[in-house]
Amino acid sequence: MTATQALATPATRENLLLRLAVEHFLFEEAAHLDNWRLDEWLALFTEDGRYVVPTTDLPTGDPQRDVMFIDDDPARLRGRVTRLKSRFAHREYPWSRTRRLITNVRLTRIAAQEIDVEASFAVYRARAEAIAPYVGIYRYTLVRQRDNTFRIRHRRAELDLERLTDHGAVSIIL
Amino acid sequence: MELSRLVIDDVEAGSFRVHRSALTSPEILELERTNIFARTWLYVGHDSEVPNQGDYCRRVVADRPLFMIRGRDGEIRVFINSCLHRGALVCRQDKGSANSFVCFYHGWAYDNCGKLVGVPDPEGYTEDFSKSGRALMEPAHVDSYRGMYFVNFATETPSLFEFLGDARELIDLTMDSAEILGGWQVIRGTAKYNIHANWKLLLENSADNYHFHTTHKTFADYSAERRRQAGLGHPRVNNIDDSRGLVFKNGHVAMVTRAEGRTIASPSPLWSPEAIAEVARLRDELAGRYGAERGQSMADFSRFLMVFPNLAVHDTQSGFKLRQWWPIAPDKMEVTQWELVPRRERDDLAAYRLSGAVAFQGPGGFGTPDDIEALESCQIGYRAHELEWSDVSRGMRREARSDDELTARGFWRQWHAMIQGRAGADRVADLRSPHGTRRPPSAQ
Repeated sequence: MTATQALATPATRENLLLRLAVEHFLFEEAAHLDNWRLDEWLALFTEDGRYVVPTTDLPTGDPQRDVMFIDDDPARLRGRVTRLKSRFAHREYPWSRTRRLITNVRLTRIAAQEIDVEASFAVYRARAEAIAPYVGIYRYTLVRQRDNTFRIRHRRAELDLERLTDHGAVSIIL
Repeated sequence: MELSRLVIDDVEAGSFRVHRSALTSPEILELERTNIFARTWLYVGHDSEVPNQGDYCRRVVADRPLFMIRGRDGEIRVFINSCLHRGALVCRQDKGSANSFVCFYHGWAYDNCGKLVGVPDPEGYTEDFSKSGRALMEPAHVDSYRGMYFVNFATETPSLFEFLGDARELIDLTMDSAEILGGWQVIRGTAKYNIHANWKLLLENSADNYHFHTTHKTFADYSAERRRQAGLGHPRVNNIDDSRGLVFKNGHVAMVTRAEGRTIASPSPLWSPEAIAEVARLRDELAGRYGAERGQSMADFSRFLMVFPNLAVHDTQSGFKLRQWWPIAPDKMEVTQWELVPRRERDDLAAYRLSGAVAFQGPGGFGTPDDIEALESCQIGYRAHELEWSDVSRGMRREARSDDELTARGFWRQWHAMIQGRAGADRVADLRSPHGTRRPPSAQ
């Protein structure tokens, strides 16, 4: 097997263009979140879209049988957005400033309807005169739409932190 | 500030005040380390975390590195995680399974019962240096109650059984309730987070109903919305009339509230008819096994028990959680929270349980982040030390309701006694609740 064959997806022109389209989508998504456009962000999900954040001691955790920090089905995800917009989510009122740095974007599965994506992230959150990052990896399942755009069916943020030392909580959307 | 003046407890006047230096002073934290944490029973872990021979888990208890392990003889032991030679950590992973531990520094080897079984180049030691009899050090006392292991570093201490006292009744209700499903086990996924606030503020917060509707308005709104979508009326969460605050000897306190959404065994109307029928069956089984009254207590009531000084035993509609926290500075604590589930819960109920376990409590829930914000907000407020006192007097002149501050006072009274070098408080409750133990409907 050559090195090229060992890669998840070979660097064909088609794959590279697809990756650019995925990156574009992720950067637009990050812009929604950094600007607290939460309704626009929510609209990026499919009807059955899920959002999951495992605990720091078990990044491989399975929401079917392990405890997560966040395990949102569509109804709870809508509830999370409503809560964050309400002015009564005290940890996020006033809203913190966030800046999402997304890199090392890899397409790990390319199918006709869906694409699996991994990307490294550092999400900086600034509030109460302190700033600290959440660092980890995103795992997405994206549903392909027309015009090189996507919907999110599954969005998982695995943290590299051993403990929520600085932030205490996952009070923003990671 | 004199220690005796840190807590002003005037039952006649209905006044209870805590001097805020108790929440900010490094000297007080040092006293807490010597007079409380070095002198009382402290939770370490649950036996389900080490089910098989050789299984271990590491813990930091009162700043000390420990590990709990089930030896090849089946016994669970707790060791100080430090080589007898020069002190390096011999157990180097948070959890796992091992027959032996070889210190990576000089190679001293211990078996999983703690015995020293190997020293490289033993000829270098004198003849009376005997391997036999040397073993990893254990805390002065290790004991367990209903699967929960505790240590105590003081040589003189009442037994764990005596220390827990009447609080055992609440633990028993919870532990007994899962016997019909094979008992409780800790599952994977541990919430580890820090709060930039004094550790005692989380104690006050953990058995307090007064803050629910203000701090947690968004959760109440979310719950109501889910019910509205399902065509249901107002939820009965935190029904004050059906709730009690309790205080026990040795500083343990509890809040007991009637609740829906307990898979053992009080269903949420949002669940499927099949799940609700299964919960009804479980209720009947509990009543058959433990009697109607006791079975109903197990099923219908959430128990928010605080075991002094730093363990929450929360068997609630948000799952069964053990939560422990340690001060690492006057204004900073480390929190760790474990989730327990019945070994044999039907899949649909297990799914409701797990989903409910993270909806409110935990770092990503709709409740805990706002508790953290409240505690940190208080701590910032204490920087203005001209404002010297916090008020903890609510409900002091009436029979305690769960949204009164009886539970916080119960903790503070024990804390105040111990910080002054006494074993326990003379009085645990207020005037109207002489023992603070008006029996709640859940603790017959």
